[in-house]
Amino acid sequence: MAAITLGNRLRPLAYLSPWLIGFALFFVYPLISTVYFSFQRYDLFTLEPVGLLNYRYFLQDEAAWTSIRNTLWLVVVMVPLRVVFGLGVAQLITRLKAGAGIFRTIFYLPSLVPLVAGTLGFVYLLNPATGPVQAILGTIGVRSPDWFGDPAWSKWGLTMLALWSVGDLMVIFMAALLDVPKQLYEAAALDGATGWRQFVHITLPVIRPVLMFAAVTGVIQTLQYFTQAMVAARVASGATDSAGSVFVPGYPDQSTLTFPEWLFHQGFRDFAMGYACVLALVLFAVSMVFTLILLRQFRGFGEEDA
Amino acid sequence: MKRLLAISAVAGLALVTGCTAGTESPGPAPTSATADDPVTIEFWHGFTADSELKAFEDTLAGFKQKFPWITVKATKAIQDDQILQAVRGGNPPDVALSFTTDSVAQFCKAGIFQDLNPYLTAGKIDPAALFPKVIAEYTQYEGKRCVMPMLADTYGLYYNKKLMKGQQPPKTLSELADLTKKLTVRDADGTIKVAGFVPSSQMYENAPIHTGVMVGATWTNPDGTSAIGSDPAWKSLMKWQKDLTDWFGYDKLEKFRKSFGDEWSADNPFQKGKVAMAIDGEWRNAMIAADTPDLDYGTAPLPVADDQAARYGAGFIAGTVIGIPRGAKHQEAAWELVKYLTTDTDALVTLSNAIRNVPSTLPALRSPDLKKDPNFQTFLDVFANPNSSTLPAHINSVFNQQTLQEAQIAWESGRKTDLDALLADVDKKINEKLKLTAGG
Repeated sequence: MAAITLGNRLRPLAYLSPWLIGFALFFVYPLISTVYFSFQRYDLFTLEPVGLLNYRYFLQDEAAWTSIRNTLWLVVVMVPLRVVFGLGVAQLITRLKAGAGIFRTIFYLPSLVPLVAGTLGFVYLLNPATGPVQAILGTIGVRSPDWFGDPAWSKWGLTMLALWSVGDLMVIFMAALLDVPKQLYEAAALDGATGWRQFVHITLPVIRPVLMFAAVTGVIQTLQYFTQAMVAARVASGATDSAGSVFVPGYPDQSTLTFPEWLFHQGFRDFAMGYACVLALVLFAVSMVFTLILLRQFRGFGEEDA
Repeated sequence: MKRLLAISAVAGLALVTGCTAGTESPGPAPTSATADDPVTIEFWHGFTADSELKAFEDTLAGFKQKFPWITVKATKAIQDDQILQAVRGGNPPDVALSFTTDSVAQFCKAGIFQDLNPYLTAGKIDPAALFPKVIAEYTQYEGKRCVMPMLADTYGLYYNKKLMKGQQPPKTLSELADLTKKLTVRDADGTIKVAGFVPSSQMYENAPIHTGVMVGATWTNPDGTSAIGSDPAWKSLMKWQKDLTDWFGYDKLEKFRKSFGDEWSADNPFQKGKVAMAIDGEWRNAMIAADTPDLDYGTAPLPVADDQAARYGAGFIAGTVIGIPRGAKHQEAAWELVKYLTTDTDALVTLSNAIRNVPSTLPALRSPDLKKDPNFQTFLDVFANPNSSTLPAHINSVFNQQTLQEAQIAWESGRKTDLDALLADVDKKINEKLKLTAGG
């Protein structure tokens, strides 16, 4: 056995170094800085230690808690709806005998539309005064709600936007559905299983990993939900980019204020970067918890599979 | 591995503590150095429209004549974020201009822009003789004057003469409410066709900083805490807005408001004849002249609370600010440009005549070369009026405005009905935030 020299000991580290350097630079260092800044009053230029002030402010910051509730609402309502809707559309399209290509394209295209453009389009379509949706509903005497101007409807407006651009999920669900072995359905049919029972006992178990993937990525994306809420609120409130005209994030009544939006405003608009770091740590912790829960589900599934 | 993590952690901390960008500049050099050496300075500004850029070039040409050894390299369409980034990166322009006065406290407190007081003293410039008093409130913070005013904006009431049906512009809020009811035209089902005036705080220029002036409302106490809940003026303004909103019906008014075109286009509801009276800045004169020259309109000072008739004629003042960022390389030349753009009567008059903003010094205001017409004169008068006011620089300026505006929306929509509790909550939020950012 060769003696363990210093060189031998360092060699693995050298091999690992690209990853180690990347990890230290882009994960460890930012994380440590974030923790450090969270104990400071940091206006992006000057630092002043303030102990737990930022954390105490978080506990009583109503807007932060409102934004947490809103973000959780989106996780609990929007993510499952997107999965169910995406799966439904994929089911229908895989069963089409004719025109599948056209429908596939039609349903997929919206997910290619840039977020800002898509959101602008929705706010325009759903405008209670000039929008085409109200114009059509008006002809049959129905009055559409003020989707992005009424706190009771605004999150549903964003949910519709998310359902419209469900194409990304639809594609992976279609691939999964087409991957389910045909003979399983044939065997089940011989045993007298109907469509619904086939779906529950064959389709769902086989495509479960894909559903899990959709759920995990959906939750993580939604915890970072930002652009659509920002654009919708900005356009719907009619805030203009002039001096003295202040944009109220989360319009109306903070009903679309998401956690990352509030974080961004604290750090880069109000220059309370120390406090923004507290919010970032909260987001980090919550994301970790969600990811761990979902990963456990994955592992459980893996063992079951084996 | 553990050791490596520890090393990187220590290195990280060292970086963290070391990265508080740039250093405070020492101020003006005692002598104006080798003043005539050729020098090129960088100037960042936010103007984008062709007419504005042309006006700017003309003004800079005047500067070049006076200071032939200084070449100004101007960069257009710059926003505050970019200035901040450049200062943080240690590579700022020599002179930077900002359209918003909201960041002034931040600029001064964190030393993002340099204190110009030493330059003013050295140059024997007396701001009190040059600018209306109110300008000091939005160009300095805690004794530091870190920006100078370059052109000003003032606000008044625009009225459409045809839609006014021979009525004179209102001088008090009661008159404004009465006239609004008289001039509003509605369909049989209540849909608004023409509104006399849209009282909503969400209407384009109806933000509380502009409307608060009508009732003489104050934002903050001298210590920076909120005065909103304790100043009865805010309550009377919000009640007035709510009463008039209810007369229209909130839903109907919102639907009407959402049918408006872009504020900065010819589709502006005032230019389209959809509202008879609107609060707007002096710049609207230029836009009307460019887009809807046939519009027969007049301008007047903002109406005031019924019991404050003596304040009629006062309005809201704010403006563009300009300064020397921390870390600027050619400070002497930079100061010459700042001084020229903010104090030179010819420069200000040239700019004002071209882009129709209010010139920001008293001598420029009195200059015979300044183009005037009755509609523009209203705004010049507001600027010179000693009772006109501004939003004093505050470290949380944007947050404070947003918090009040949120409360206004909740109140006008009827979603919140206890005005006292609502404004007390505004106070609480503003004061807590002050503790967070300023330690007050």
